[in-house]
Amino acid sequence: MESLILTIIATSIPLLMAATGELITEKSGVLNLGVEGMMLSGAVGALGAVLWLENPYFGIIAGAMSGLFMACIFSVFTINFMTNQVATGLGLTIFATGLTGLAGAPLVGKTIPSLPKIEIFLLSDIPFIGNILFKQDLVAYLSICIIILITYFLKYSKPGIILRAVGDNHVSAHSVGYPVKKIRWYATCFGGMCAGIGGAYIPLVLTPHWSEGMTAGRGWIALALVVFASWIPWRIIVGALIFGGITIAQLVGQARGWPIPSQILSMMPYLATIIALTIISSRISKNNSVVPASLGKPFFDTQ
Amino acid sequence: MITFTPRDKVSNSWTLIGPILSIILTVIFGLLIFTFLGFDPAETLYQIFISPFSRIDRVSDIFVKACPLIIVGIGLMFCFRANVWNIGAEGQFIMGTLLAGSFALLFPNVETKLLLLCMFFVGFLGGALWAFIPAILKTKLNVNEILVSLMLVYVAMLFIDFIVRGPLRDPMSFGFPLSKPYSDGALINKISFPGIGYLGQLHYGILFIILLIPLAWVFNNKTLAGFQINVLGSAPKAARFAGFSRERITMSVLLLSGGLAGVAGVIEVSANIGQLQPEVSFGYGFTAIIVAFLGRLSPVGILFAGIIIATVKLGADNAQMTMGIPKVVTGLFEGILLFFLLTGETLQKYKIKWSWNK
Repeated sequence: MESLILTIIATSIPLLMAATGELITEKSGVLNLGVEGMMLSGAVGALGAVLWLENPYFGIIAGAMSGLFMACIFSVFTINFMTNQVATGLGLTIFATGLTGLAGAPLVGKTIPSLPKIEIFLLSDIPFIGNILFKQDLVAYLSICIIILITYFLKYSKPGIILRAVGDNHVSAHSVGYPVKKIRWYATCFGGMCAGIGGAYIPLVLTPHWSEGMTAGRGWIALALVVFASWIPWRIIVGALIFGGITIAQLVGQARGWPIPSQILSMMPYLATIIALTIISSRISKNNSVVPASLGKPFFDTQ
Repeated sequence: MITFTPRDKVSNSWTLIGPILSIILTVIFGLLIFTFLGFDPAETLYQIFISPFSRIDRVSDIFVKACPLIIVGIGLMFCFRANVWNIGAEGQFIMGTLLAGSFALLFPNVETKLLLLCMFFVGFLGGALWAFIPAILKTKLNVNEILVSLMLVYVAMLFIDFIVRGPLRDPMSFGFPLSKPYSDGALINKISFPGIGYLGQLHYGILFIILLIPLAWVFNNKTLAGFQINVLGSAPKAARFAGFSRERITMSVLLLSGGLAGVAGVIEVSANIGQLQPEVSFGYGFTAIIVAFLGRLSPVGILFAGIIIATVKLGADNAQMTMGIPKVVTGLFEGILLFFLLTGETLQKYKIKWSWNK
């Protein structure tokens, strides 16, 4: 039971990280469909760094940097050149699939050490809860901290409110004097770093070796999670745990030989995403105010 | 500091220069990346862009490879023109193939090509049905079609895998996940040229493209439905004032693109494979997105774009065999190409001005 919960948590961390980053990006009005690509580059960056420097912590940094690099490409085109965000995001994912395939080829067959668990003094001695919550790795703690921080950031801090203003009405925000493009650059870069760390977590904890396209659609599920959470940070935790649970449930089902074909079981996370999106979207369409109003619209700077 | 100023009207010269310049820039950037990763740039350039033209049968294989890309690309063109983002053509391709293939396997001993004709319809239906899911969710419940259509790609891949390893597996396949071979009536023959014989894998499925491109052009430029699609995509408010039904147009373009993806699958499998297997598409549905953009969302453009992208795909196959470069690098080129194409679209609408002081 305990190990089952731990696996579910571990499975949901990449989703949690990537979705949190994307939430900030979307709050600024940028729809980044390149999350899958950013996660892939984070994964390959982490693998490369750990093989080279032999310390899993450098994997986290390298993952963040790889994601940041992809975010910079995305920002130059969508924010500065005002390209279509949907098409550019798709392009970024396709680009990253190619780039990581090329960069990952020499890494095939090599395994890396896992990210160490950190026990929190005293708290980790609490039976059951201690093992689950306070014997986690750095990224797990980090993801929870980020959720708490961005909840505060968006709700109470001035930069957070400016960020939301930019995402809701970029024309007004610009006329009041806020640098719309700069803010969107920051938000996209933050999203890219989070997605990169989320991607890095996959080789660092889940499967310690490279395979092409190893993120297996997690970036897309992360995008769906943002909608599922109706752009409210803490709900991402709930969503990520549900998806982690479904993913593990189908794996357990396959291992225990449930009388359902394995392929049908493997469909579960994807079908669950569609169902969740449907339920939430029909609710959102009644109350449109949760969606950042300028989401996906390029901003033209009239100087 | 770069500043953009809107043009009075869309620049026509950029419409043509954009794609050509994009291709040139993509090649330059691609070569830089290859050099950086330690591959010989001249050899890569030769393998990817020149080697597919080195023999006449290789040239005809370009057309074979371009065939599904062009058909799916034309379907996506309708969606993208209406600003509907179907990115699940890969799944629709698979489901069209699967439904038509299952239909063909019901008639194991049919010789007449009437069966093939029926498969076209069944394939269209299969693809359209798969696209119907995001379409109905989008129009009725406002669910994001991008995510739904994409999730359904994964579902379709797993589903065909299940069917081919399970219910439709040929008991004589020695444990391989393959269906029974199609009967002769379900196959598309290779074209035999008098005096030359077969040219590579060139098959009669190419005729479908020759039919499709003028039809798509007429539909875009001469029909009310085509006009409505364009208006909805470029000026949604005008479309609303004109009373065009957003729901109906969204539904139609999704069904049409799904159906065409299904037909592309039927042609691909009936001409080149002749039975069902777990992998039937090889990413055509995703690549077709690039093809549609490179072709500037116009049928003739998509024809050329399909040929160019197919060349790079075949070139990448050659590069993998001779130089050990992983085949996925085509994605690298496709991604960079798309970035530059989209930038070209901006330059169509805006003038660019460079200045060094802010």
